[in-house]
Parts: sequence; C-alpha cells; structure tokens
Amino acid sequence: MAYSDKVVEHYNNPRNVGSLPKEDPNVGTGLVGAPECGDVMKLQMKINPDTRVIEEAKFKTFGCGSAIASSSLATEWVKGKTVDEALAIKNTDIVRELALPPVKIHCSVLAEDAIKAAIGDWKKKHNIEVPASEKPSH
Amino acid sequence: MSVKLPIYFDNHATTPVDPRVLDAMLPYFGPKFGNAASRNHSFGWAGEEAVENARAQVASLIGATPKEIIFTSGATESDNLMIKGVAEMYREKGNHIITQAIEHKAVLDTCKRLEKYGYEVTYLPVQKDGRVDPEEVRKAIKPTTILITVMYANNEIGVINPIQEIGKIAKEHGIIFAVDGVQAVGKIPVDVQKDNIDLLAISAHKIYGPKGVGALYVRRRNPRVQLSAVIDGGGHERGMRSGTLNVPGIVGLGKACEVAQQEMAEESKKMLGLRERLRKGLEARLDEVFINGSMEHRLPNNLNMSFAYVEGESLLMGINDIAVSSGSACTSATLEPSYVLKALGVGEDLAHTSIRFGLGRFNTEEEVDYVVDKMVQVVSKLRELSPLYEMAKEGIDISKVKWQTA
Repeated sequence: MAYSDKVVEHYNNPRNVGSLPKEDPNVGTGLVGAPECGDVMKLQMKINPDTRVIEEAKFKTFGCGSAIASSSLATEWVKGKTVDEALAIKNTDIVRELALPPVKIHCSVLAEDAIKAAIGDWKKKHNIEVPASEKPSH
Repeated sequence: MSVKLPIYFDNHATTPVDPRVLDAMLPYFGPKFGNAASRNHSFGWAGEEAVENARAQVASLIGATPKEIIFTSGATESDNLMIKGVAEMYREKGNHIITQAIEHKAVLDTCKRLEKYGYEVTYLPVQKDGRVDPEEVRKAIKPTTILITVMYANNEIGVINPIQEIGKIAKEHGIIFAVDGVQAVGKIPVDVQKDNIDLLAISAHKIYGPKGVGALYVRRRNPRVQLSAVIDGGGHERGMRSGTLNVPGIVGLGKACEVAQQEMAEESKKMLGLRERLRKGLEARLDEVFINGSMEHRLPNNLNMSFAYVEGESLLMGINDIAVSSGSACTSATLEPSYVLKALGVGEDLAHTSIRFGLGRFNTEEEVDYVVDKMVQVVSKLRELSPLYEMAKEGIDISKVKWQTA
C-alpha cells in the first residue's frame, strides 16, 4: 500500500510524542481503540481551566502508519485551540489533510474519538457535563 | 561491507529465478519453440524431449517415477486438481474429506466449494505449535472418508507436519493422502514413498523457478490413484490436464528441481545458519518477542516472530528497505489478522505484531545483520510510541484492561 507523503512525514517525525501526568487535574486523558483491533491511541491534553485553551498535547499510538499520523496531526491541531474549537475537529478533516484511503478512515475516526475522550476526561475532573454529542462514537 | 538495498526476505511468497534456471529456459523461448504435442516434426520432438527430461528431474527430487508427474499452471491448480479430482472420481465411495485449519487458501477454499456440492469436510484444529496431531486425523476418519489432505509445511510459520505418520494412517485405512508440498519440496527431503504420499502439489516459483508452472505427483502403483480432470480439452498429461504444455516453464521447473536436489544438503545448512543468526540477533537485543509455531519442526529458512506492542504494518513502514510480510490485519485485504496465527491460539493483539521472515538461496550474513539492526532500531522507536508498551512497563496487564471496542 502506498502512503501519502504527509502520512510518511508524520510517521518519520511524529509530533508531540510522550505522556503528561494523568493525575494532574488540568490534564485530560483519552485512551481509545483496542489491541485486538490493531489500534490503540492515547491522547493527553493540558488545559488551562480559566481560558479553556489547550496548552499542551501529547500522544502515544499503537497502530498502523495512518493511525500514528492521525494522532500526531491531532495533537498538532488541538494545541493552542480552546476546548470547543478542538471538539469541532472532524475525522473528515483528518482524512482530507492526510489523504487517507477508504480503508484507513477508521484511523481518523479513532483520532476524533481520542480528542473527545481526552476533553471528556478533563471535563469530568472539573465537574463539567459532557453532552452526548461530545462522547466518543466507539 | 555495505549491503545492497532493498533486501528480499520474503522467500515464502516467491523466489527469484536462479540464473541456471533462466539459462536452461531461454532456448525454449527462441529456436526450440515447438509444441511438445507435435509428434510429426523436429520442433515438436525437441519440445517433447525437454518436457520428458523435466518430468524426470521433478520425479527424482521427490522419489517418484517420471510417469507419475503431470504439469500444471502452478500449485493452486495442482491443489484444486488433486482435491476436486479425487472428490469427483471417488464420489461413489464416499463424500468425506479431512483437512486442517491452517492449509493454504488453495486447499481451504477448494474444500469449501466442495461442501457446496454435497461433500462433508472436517477441518482439524492444529496444536499450539502449529502441527496436526496424527491421532486427530485417525479419529476423524469415517467409512465415507475418501481423502485426507494436509500440507507438508506451512507458508506463514514454516512448521512441518508429521506427514509420514499421517500418510501411514491414511494407507492403513485405504484413504488417498494428498499433500500441498509447495513450501517443503526442494527445501527439505520429501520422498513420496517414505512419506506415504499419494498426491503432491509442487510450485516452481517457490524453488527459484519461474511463475506460472507447477506439477502434481499422482501415484501410479500401490494404489493407482485416478483423478477426474478439472480442465478438459486435448487430453494432454494422460487426460488429467489438457492444454498445450508450457515448455519453457516446465524446463525451468525441471532445472529448479535438479539444482535443489544437488544443493539441498548444503543449502539447508546455510539457511539454518542465517535463520539462527537472525533469531538470536533479535532475541538478544529485544525483549518481549515471541516465536509463532514449533521451532523444532520448522523449515530452515523460516522465522515468524511477534514483536509485542508494535503493530505490524507500522513496523513494515519503518523497515521499507526490507521485504518481509506481516500477519497484521492492516496488511491484508480482509482487515482480519492471520487465520494461521489465530488457529495456533496466538491472541489477536500479538497476531497484529507478527512478521514473517523467509530466507532464500541468495541471502547473506551481511543482510541478516542489517535486518537485525534495522528491526531493533524500528521496534525500539515504535515502542517509545506505543501506549501499550508504556502500560506494560507500568505493570498494567493489557489483557485485563477493559477496551472500548467498536
């Protein structure tokens, strides 16, 4: 299978790899996917509780090149955005940016889910209600 | 010493044509173009002579007589012919076929088709080491059993079955024993007499011959096996396989068998040396790697290893100057991880992390060393990236985590 240049670039130079302390009240952690499905993404964000701006984002991913690229891109995109702006990122935006083929669309869905899960975790820590539309689809 | 890239370690998929094989074939693309079935001129005679010479070369490699070899378009056709041919020919005797879970698709899908036509097929499970238990074969036999078909060696994990024992059981019960010999013939000693084999499928391109040609051994004595043809026509190959013979291809298959027979002892030693160098190199420098299938009963040129916490396709992407294959779902058209590893009881999480290395005649120690270095480098990098590796290092049991599956 041929990969788009952007997928290869993210795979070779993944952005924001790493972990944030998950006990930190300002850190939201999203862990989505399953090993038996061949994809697991962990996305973490450090969110300023006053401005609701995502100040830091880190990821680790077990999965194919497209899954790694999708999560790498997600960390790049959410950094500096507000929580609401980040929640507006759709998987189709990721598909377009990385030129993912149809068989890899699930990678982008997983990345969108990871964003929602991480923000949901942060909201829970701050007793903010998570509407159904912001819950991961899987 | 630097190695030439890319490196080819996928010799279970196909092998490069040996230059000696190519040289033997070339005249038959040129002046010796005759149809081997043309009985009335020298062009035809030259073709016929070449085909008969090849028949003897193939027969010699497997302990058969030349008359027991028929030429086909490849092992998929041979597998189809040996199974469908027996099924149709012996339909009045019974309708039950015994096979096993990790056969090649050319066997499994042929059996599945026969089920649609009223045949009953038993798919035996394999043991944890990937081998068929001969006693399971014995237990599966019914009065209606007409065929037992088990592969000699598996194409993914290289595990060698107890063919001789299964053949003996088949013989005791008067049941025809058909073997897909694609990965074994030319690599390890295969003898249709000693191994009690009645039908044996062979491919040229797995043994440094050309693609598009294969053979089927059909026992003529004790017992005489009869087959219904799958392809009808001019009655070539004693009526079992019509169609003008692929003379250059057949010459190539013959030469490939001759070279394999001459060099097998030395070559298998070399393969084993390279394979062990690869295995030890990887095991010494990486933790949490697991070998899939029996190490004891394995082709000397095969290594199938799971690299825990690293998904197979991302691994292949990182080693793009090395040609290998993966049991990961992401590399297959079906998005399912390898059915072979599943049948061995390898968890789907580990099946996704498996790599098949297939060594061949033209590989070198330098290439093995390069592959080890590159694998260690990429696996380490991807583990740094893997949330599963991080969790495992924190002492979390991945199998106990409640994952959100779709």
